[in-house]
Amino acid sequence: MIRSAVYNACRMAIRHIKVFSFYPWRAADRHPTGVRWRLYMLALLVLPWLASCDGRAWNNPYPASQDKANILYSAFSGRPKHLDPVRSYSSDEYLFIGQIYEPPLQYHYLKRPYRLEPLTADGMPRVVYLDSKGRVTTRDKAAFTRYIIRIRKGIRYQPHPALAVDEKGRPRYLGLNEAHLKRIRTLADFKYQGTRELVAADYVYQIKRIAHPRLQSPIYSLMADYIVGLRDYARRLRQIDRKLVANKGREAWLDLTRYPLRGVKLIDRYTYAILIKGRYPQFLYWLAMPFFAPVPPEAERFYMQPGMKERNLTLDWYPIGTGAYMLTVNDPNRRMVLERNPNYHEDRYPRHGMPGDRERGLLRDAGKRIPFIDKAVYSLEKETIPYWNKFLQGYYDASGISSDNFDQAIQFTTTGDVRLTDDMRRKGIRLVTAVQATTIYMGFNMKDPVVGGYGERARKLRQAISIAVDYEEYISIFANGRGVAAQSPIPPGIFGHRQGRAGINPVVYRWVNGRPRRRSIAEAKRLLAEAGYPGGRDARTGKPLLIHLDVRGGGPGDKAYWDWLRKQFRKIDLELVIRNTDYNRFREKMRKGNAQLFVWGWNADYPDPENFLFLLYGPNGKVDHGGENVANYANPEYDRLFERMKAMPNGPARQRIIDRMLAILRHDAPWLFGFHPRSFTLFHRWYHNVSPNLMAHNTLKYRRIDPLSRAQARQAWNRPVLWPVWLLLGLFVISLIPAIVVWRRRETRPMKEVD
Amino acid sequence: MFAYIIRRVLYAVPILIGVNVLTFALFFVVNSPDDMARMHLGTKHVKQEAIDKWKQARGYDKPLFYNPGARGLEKFTDTIFFDKSARLFAFDFGKADDGRSISYDIRQRMLPSLAIAIPVFVVGILVNITFALLLAFFRATYLDVWGVILCVILMSISSLFYIIGGQYLISKLMHLVPISGYDSGLSSVKFLILPVLIGIVSGIGSGTRWYRTIFLEEIGKDYVRTARAKGLSELAVLFRHVLRNALIPILTGAVVVIPLLFMGSLLTESFFGIPGLGSYTIDAIQNQDFAIVRAMVFLGSVLYILGLLLTDISYTIADPRIRLS
Repeated sequence: MIRSAVYNACRMAIRHIKVFSFYPWRAADRHPTGVRWRLYMLALLVLPWLASCDGRAWNNPYPASQDKANILYSAFSGRPKHLDPVRSYSSDEYLFIGQIYEPPLQYHYLKRPYRLEPLTADGMPRVVYLDSKGRVTTRDKAAFTRYIIRIRKGIRYQPHPALAVDEKGRPRYLGLNEAHLKRIRTLADFKYQGTRELVAADYVYQIKRIAHPRLQSPIYSLMADYIVGLRDYARRLRQIDRKLVANKGREAWLDLTRYPLRGVKLIDRYTYAILIKGRYPQFLYWLAMPFFAPVPPEAERFYMQPGMKERNLTLDWYPIGTGAYMLTVNDPNRRMVLERNPNYHEDRYPRHGMPGDRERGLLRDAGKRIPFIDKAVYSLEKETIPYWNKFLQGYYDASGISSDNFDQAIQFTTTGDVRLTDDMRRKGIRLVTAVQATTIYMGFNMKDPVVGGYGERARKLRQAISIAVDYEEYISIFANGRGVAAQSPIPPGIFGHRQGRAGINPVVYRWVNGRPRRRSIAEAKRLLAEAGYPGGRDARTGKPLLIHLDVRGGGPGDKAYWDWLRKQFRKIDLELVIRNTDYNRFREKMRKGNAQLFVWGWNADYPDPENFLFLLYGPNGKVDHGGENVANYANPEYDRLFERMKAMPNGPARQRIIDRMLAILRHDAPWLFGFHPRSFTLFHRWYHNVSPNLMAHNTLKYRRIDPLSRAQARQAWNRPVLWPVWLLLGLFVISLIPAIVVWRRRETRPMKEVD
Repeated sequence: MFAYIIRRVLYAVPILIGVNVLTFALFFVVNSPDDMARMHLGTKHVKQEAIDKWKQARGYDKPLFYNPGARGLEKFTDTIFFDKSARLFAFDFGKADDGRSISYDIRQRMLPSLAIAIPVFVVGILVNITFALLLAFFRATYLDVWGVILCVILMSISSLFYIIGGQYLISKLMHLVPISGYDSGLSSVKFLILPVLIGIVSGIGSGTRWYRTIFLEEIGKDYVRTARAKGLSELAVLFRHVLRNALIPILTGAVVVIPLLFMGSLLTESFFGIPGLGSYTIDAIQNQDFAIVRAMVFLGSVLYILGLLLTDISYTIADPRIRLS
């Protein structure tokens, strides 16, 4: 009430000041100059205060119409390179396309370990094993595996001009030319939008696009090893495309519907089958990635019309999907906006989760129709400082924590646990942590004559270094405790990872008082001496042993890290030489095997141990085969076990093989198993249903926002503080006095004195 | 003057060719087409086959400068250099490596850059000249001494500090304007206040000192003594006579940067989330997108040459005694 009275008084005052003060040519008739200027001054003083009378924060970056809207606010730091599901392969891009495109499968939002479930499919794919002659056989004898996927009926695409048809059912926007596109700048400029039902042929079309000669799908090489006929198909398409480009130009549409792919069959309107070489159970995980989401051929044909590319109207920038959201504003230079897809199919929030989820409020919306949020606005925010400050002001709904802000947000208790600072808790901010499915490791190049090889000498040297480099200390100093020291390549949460005593790396740790303790430096030195380097010197030549670590383009901030690394090696009397090169040269060294030690990382594609253990599989060696085994490790027993483990279902038998594989790795020590980062994310009190799911890309549809609570908080946290302005003005006025005095004195002095 | 302008434009052609050759050579010394492909395709599961396809699709599978396998003139024209550079002279910037039209993005990003650069430039010059004239007016007094000290302090502070300090003080503590962001049309005003203010304040120190030196040099000249002898007030002498006569050095510094205002400011745009051309260039360098880098370097060179030409022309306006020939 008081506020509204003040507001009315403000409005009255504005009216008066408008009449008497802001129109001097009118006011001059009624007021003498002195009075007029006093009114000006009054206006100047009162204006800022008046502007705040409507109660809206001045620093609110969003339009007033959005104040109480059901919108999620977030940011992106770099513009996405691709939004085409066949090309996109980075988390920055999945942030958007994960909400738009729908592959047949998805990860259950709440259940752990991660579990696949149908998304557009009407059940999990039916798996049929075939022998080399195409006859149905058992799993063990399979030469091929066929995945038969049946999709749900009635799923419709988002509104899109490519699907707009006229009264006769003909596409409205076909045969366009420059004249038609004269006033078209974005997709929203097309008057008509249309939709149609999702059919299995759209999935088949997208799989064919993996081999498209102009698209360069990052998974083409990998999939060509599995999908029957994909490599030949790509070769054939290249020839066809060459002729097409020669006849009709570079922008001509290559109609893949005309060219069948042997390994992918359309069975009926809603069913398709994919034929895989051998057994590759991990293929199911790929079916939960946007690479296998549907693309309607009409869309590609629409975008390939003349004049479209010049306007950046391409499938790579304007996705078309059946997902919960659609991209309505695509300005990667400034803002991306996802809005609820009006044609989104029936989808419900999970009814069941993990023990404790109900207590955490994660099942409050169980069974309700999703999505909850109407719109998600992502603004370009390149720097962490503005992002963090806007989060604290309530203008972003969630935030990570950078090292600069860590102390402001997090404190450690006496028991070493983390908790939010009082400031954060007062604001109602919540902390959610999760160990990421990522492994950061220090690799030894197994082809290096000093640290590489499989003899005792090199192995013990690697083991000694593994003990000396204290990653617990690294996590504490450089990662603010946000990480878990790794015991193997497999991170927690992935099948094959063992907790407790059974899970430690016995070469580097002992189990003491219920927790792992790093072996002593004395033990490391003993191993070093056994390796033939007592006191860090080569026993044969007497020369000190120099170890070279190759790093990529570090900045001034990395100096402390490098000093720390040198200190770790010095603990066992070894000298570490750090060779810093730019990123390209670093990659080249890796490809050619010219590095000795290096730091590398791997982020899981899917939650299966195969996705980590293949990083040490011999036929994946970087130098010899161009694969992801950067250490160039090759152990015949490990490789044999990997081939067995790869196609096995999770269970005790698979765990036994993994245990054996890890034992081999720990013994050979081709990696110094660095750490698994732990993500810390802060959420405001109005942000609900937050369960960290590191595998799913379509999590936005489960999230819920309480916009009223947010509006109140923003208002309370962002009241303008004006007294410093008045103080500055006052100081300025005071500083004018001596200037005026000097000026008057100068103007009245005789000319001689002036010079 | 027309002949002079034509001559200068013709001089620009070899300069631009030189700039192009240099940019091209420097870029490809550091990045090979294979590196560009790897950067673009990502780090996972990328094999040589995919890299070759990427290069072929973008014309990076040709030799850099000289194609020994081609015939006649094609030995020089069927190369990456010719393919990528020749069209620039027709201002056809082509496509970025991610497929977006570079001309379209430049047009889109030019306005936000100008929205900051023009007010900072205009208001900055006015403020700096005013302060410099006042310091010249109060020369040899404690106001002048303290003014110069203040200028030196302002000059010594890094522009990053102004940005972070300004955001902290004005946006975070006082809640007066948004910390960062950008919008189109009039809605952009609230986002521009802080970057413009910071741009002006951070330039006051060096600008004021530079102009003060120019004015002090002019004040010692005979025509100033004559003006005073006529009985003009000191303010009139400074603003009416000294300012006009000091225009040549002012124009030398100011006009040349006018065309470069298009190019934007890296730090300001980055911290304030303003989608201008400064951040566009830096992003391209980070992403090893040669198409954008060469377009921006070319555009920068053209604008710089234009700025020098405009400076010469402005001399003739500021001082009628100067003739361009």
